[in-house]
Amino acid sequence: MTEYHFTTPISEEEARKLKVGDVVYVSGEHVYTARDEAHERALHMFEKGEKPPVDFEGSVVYHVGPVAWQKDGKWQIVSAGPTTSVRMELFEDEFLRKYRARIIIGKGGMGEKTLTALEEVGAVYCSFTGGCGALAAKGLKEVRAYEWSDLGMPEALWVITAENFGPLLVTMDSHGGSLHKEMNQRVAARKAEVYAKIGIKE
Amino acid sequence: MKDPTQVIEDTAFRLLKMAVTRLPKDVEAALRAARDREDNETAKTQLSAIIQNMDIADAGVPMCQDTGIIVFYVKVGSKFPFTDDIKEALTKATRKATAEVPIRPNAVNPIVGGNSGDNTGVKIPWINWEVVSGDSLEIIVFPKGGGSENASIVGMLKPGVGLTGVKKLVVDNAMRYMGEACAPNIIGVGIGGGADISIKIAKQQLLRPLDDKHPEPEVAKMEQEIMKAINATDIGPMGLGGRTTVLAVKVDYAMRHPASLPVGVAVQCWAARHSKAVISKDLEVSYITHPLEGD
Repeated sequence: MTEYHFTTPISEEEARKLKVGDVVYVSGEHVYTARDEAHERALHMFEKGEKPPVDFEGSVVYHVGPVAWQKDGKWQIVSAGPTTSVRMELFEDEFLRKYRARIIIGKGGMGEKTLTALEEVGAVYCSFTGGCGALAAKGLKEVRAYEWSDLGMPEALWVITAENFGPLLVTMDSHGGSLHKEMNQRVAARKAEVYAKIGIKE
Repeated sequence: MKDPTQVIEDTAFRLLKMAVTRLPKDVEAALRAARDREDNETAKTQLSAIIQNMDIADAGVPMCQDTGIIVFYVKVGSKFPFTDDIKEALTKATRKATAEVPIRPNAVNPIVGGNSGDNTGVKIPWINWEVVSGDSLEIIVFPKGGGSENASIVGMLKPGVGLTGVKKLVVDNAMRYMGEACAPNIIGVGIGGGADISIKIAKQQLLRPLDDKHPEPEVAKMEQEIMKAINATDIGPMGLGGRTTVLAVKVDYAMRHPASLPVGVAVQCWAARHSKAVISKDLEVSYITHPLEGD
């Protein structure tokens, strides 16, 4: 396990250094939130040849619907833990190929389609501890823009400056490694032992 | 004379604020104990983040950005004099908490789309009403996050599969959603009644103190068995491996139809947020899970 501190934009070379089990802290101005609807909109815009309000290349895309509020006319992130990433499995591979983000952050992991795209593009998926919204907000220092606000607070595209945002645990890398896939196998291997505890013989 | 709507609203507002910023003592203690027990490094890291997060949230910040869909459990005494004021007060408190705690607007219209922006709307906040004898009002606020709610199921089993089939349903469900429900989880199981009744009972179990056990030994044994089985899966905190997959499993039941064996399985994330207060007929408020300082 190695600890990395990256500043955005992150290069393909940097992203390819990361392996499952490594820990990353991120700083910089290319940190964006995106859930189901923001992914969908970004892909539609690409198809229509339109440009989204931010450049996703080299960025960190965080699966999160934050709680934010305005203080003295300025938006602040109050609480922002990850949402369940597998919902974005529908869009993430295409999103990665088209926009070349380098770090996707969420919880629960993603599937084969995304894993293949991470390998192709040179990007990683990191897990941030679910529910730890107050802790995450500490690293999300400044809101620079609240784009696509018509989607509502959780689904909008928040444009953020991060400062030592983490610890982010690499759980899917660009070399085909996935802790989530490994966990599925580990749990499956235990099934007989688990069933035995409730009186079921396999 | 105090304004009853205002007293109920102020109480519900404090309950909402306390629920989203501070876990009940038993849940906090269980999470700390779990961290000390884990020998898996990743699990320890996850639980340490959870504990660090609790400490930051204590200052009045929502511990999780998903402050849930707002659900109330209300027990109204048949002689409580201000029943007419309750619904309006709870709705107003929800709006106020959305703006002032703040909590995330989570009420979306499933038909025409759009977020109401204030956590209220058609049938929301949801209020579970129960009329009991007495002259006081008990309010529990239960903000329920979406990630763990998505892991909840109802199984309409064939009665022939028996209690082993019930346990299998709960264990298989845990092995299906893995870490998606922000483990360590609390699992509520409701058996019998009907599809709606079983899941209603299941969800109510999530409000039981973690260290209690069902008064009937057969049910208490089942709770232990399911808990041990799920904790043997190695799913662990956040599904990244470890021995703490569930903090507790709570089971209860109703009589069933001869042809049916409904089983509701309600899943709660580690942020098992709820807060309870009782308001007397004279509008005196006692906070139960989150007492006022100095009480």
